[in-house]
Amino acid sequence: MIPKQQSGTVPGVKRRIRKETLYGYGMASPAILGFLIFTMGPLIASLYLSFTDYSITNDYSFVGLDNFRRLFTGEDSFFYKSLFVTFYYVILAVPFSLLAAFAMAMLLKNKVRGRSVFRAVFYLPSIVPVVATSTIFIWLLNPDIGLFNQILSFLHLPTSLWIYDEATVVPTMAFMNIWSVGGTMLIFLAGLESIPDHYYEAVDIDGGGMWHKLTAVTLPMLTPTIFFNLVMGVINGFQSFSEAYIMTEGGPNNASLFYVVYLYREAFTNQRMGSASAIAWVLFAIILVLSLIIFRSSKSWVYYEGEK
Amino acid sequence: MSLYAMLILGSVIFILPFVWMVRSAVMDASQIFIVPPVWIPDPFKLDNFRTALETVPFGRYFLNTLFIVACSVTGAVVTSAICGYSFSRLRWPGRDFFFALLMTGLMLPYAVTLIPTFLGWRTVVGPNSYLPLILPAWFGGGAFNIFLIRQFMRTIPKALDEAALMDGAGYFRIFTHVIFPLSRSAVIVVALFQFLAVWNDFLGPLVYVNKESMFTLALGLQQFIGYYTAQWELLMAAATMVVLPPILVFLVGQKYFIHGIAVSGIKG
Repeated sequence: MIPKQQSGTVPGVKRRIRKETLYGYGMASPAILGFLIFTMGPLIASLYLSFTDYSITNDYSFVGLDNFRRLFTGEDSFFYKSLFVTFYYVILAVPFSLLAAFAMAMLLKNKVRGRSVFRAVFYLPSIVPVVATSTIFIWLLNPDIGLFNQILSFLHLPTSLWIYDEATVVPTMAFMNIWSVGGTMLIFLAGLESIPDHYYEAVDIDGGGMWHKLTAVTLPMLTPTIFFNLVMGVINGFQSFSEAYIMTEGGPNNASLFYVVYLYREAFTNQRMGSASAIAWVLFAIILVLSLIIFRSSKSWVYYEGEK
Repeated sequence: MSLYAMLILGSVIFILPFVWMVRSAVMDASQIFIVPPVWIPDPFKLDNFRTALETVPFGRYFLNTLFIVACSVTGAVVTSAICGYSFSRLRWPGRDFFFALLMTGLMLPYAVTLIPTFLGWRTVVGPNSYLPLILPAWFGGGAFNIFLIRQFMRTIPKALDEAALMDGAGYFRIFTHVIFPLSRSAVIVVALFQFLAVWNDFLGPLVYVNKESMFTLALGLQQFIGYYTAQWELLMAAATMVVLPPILVFLVGQKYFIHGIAVSGIKG
């Protein structure tokens, strides 16, 4: 067997490489085609549409930068309104959620009895459909007989109109977001568990306490995880849609007009697809710039083990 | 001890909305409006579920959702495994470039591609079709699923492929008979994630389906909110029915979920 193979090695190897390449492309083709059809193609089409006044019903024409001009000059006053609402939401929700997720992960890090049950309980709300969560919260936040106001009045604290008041609707939604931080928490937990025990032992030997462990070991070692969760939190925060669409439809008086709700309204209610595409590209640019800023800043605060 | 106190306090905060939901779902309408609130319903009114089912065809919506879920989970599992195999175990020029390209798609806001994709589907299949909700899953099942499968398959020893090659097996046969069976746990993670993503999807059905008989559970529940805001007991009964399947799936597949998410964070 072996001698026979030797004589045909070179053409055999070549054939094998060719075959592997063929199968490689063939078997990866669903993903490559999918990327071209569902990502690349629409991306280019969207950029093109943003320079037109396309709507489903009419013929369309090329309008250059007019869609963008209308947005930035404030001719469409909802643009700045929705930007403000969304930034406000992200600034409240992202730090609040990261902090909550981190605190929960710190609690779960301890190998206590029943740990997996607690972990499941903390994670559970984040797998519930957003429509269901929103339904439950509409009920919990009902100003007259909702549970939250009942608890507040029982404690003799002032009640709130929650999502039915312009001033409180965005903070309320940022607060609601805590219920869906399960994924972020698990990522923090995985990060915490990858910190070697001997780092903590070193602090013990030096006579350091809990606070030293947190600031000298946990937080520095966790910076890559914090970085990841921060980027994802900002990206997802800017794209929030369903909660606001379901619970308030952007109200009251557009106080919860999240950016994507605004985009949805422009595209599917007003049928202005060209203008909506411009709105989408501005979102893309904002997310890109913010991600770049976070990436840039990460050099000064994210610690990667293995780098010196 | 204080650790337990905090864990229990946290759990209460996270569980409370569900308790309140179930409590309201089995309560008589007259009891719901009592202040201060009654915690234990008297009588337990399981009838609310039947009334909710009669008011809105949730049974129908359930089957619709199940159909979409089944089709797209199958697509995602089959094609993400095939693509993951190619990206992890076959060597071909351009492989790493294409993989990196796929991964950039993860950072792209869905809002940017939403409108052209919608217009495209409208032209190709017309309004009210499930194809826009199903077919994309058959193209690799999304970058994230391919990533999960690839990471897992990379850990399988290369010697297995080589031994099979020596025995005269082709690359596709190696995939179906060696690598795919060994990747069972990663495939389960993909199936679970895809199940949840599709079951919980709201924007997709909202954009592509507007005929009531084709509604998914998510759309049905949203419509229910609009029509029956005053009948909290029915609304909560409906919400309970929508929430139950993903919770059951989670409880059954818990360890796979938790592992899958940890992987996404570490390598992301």
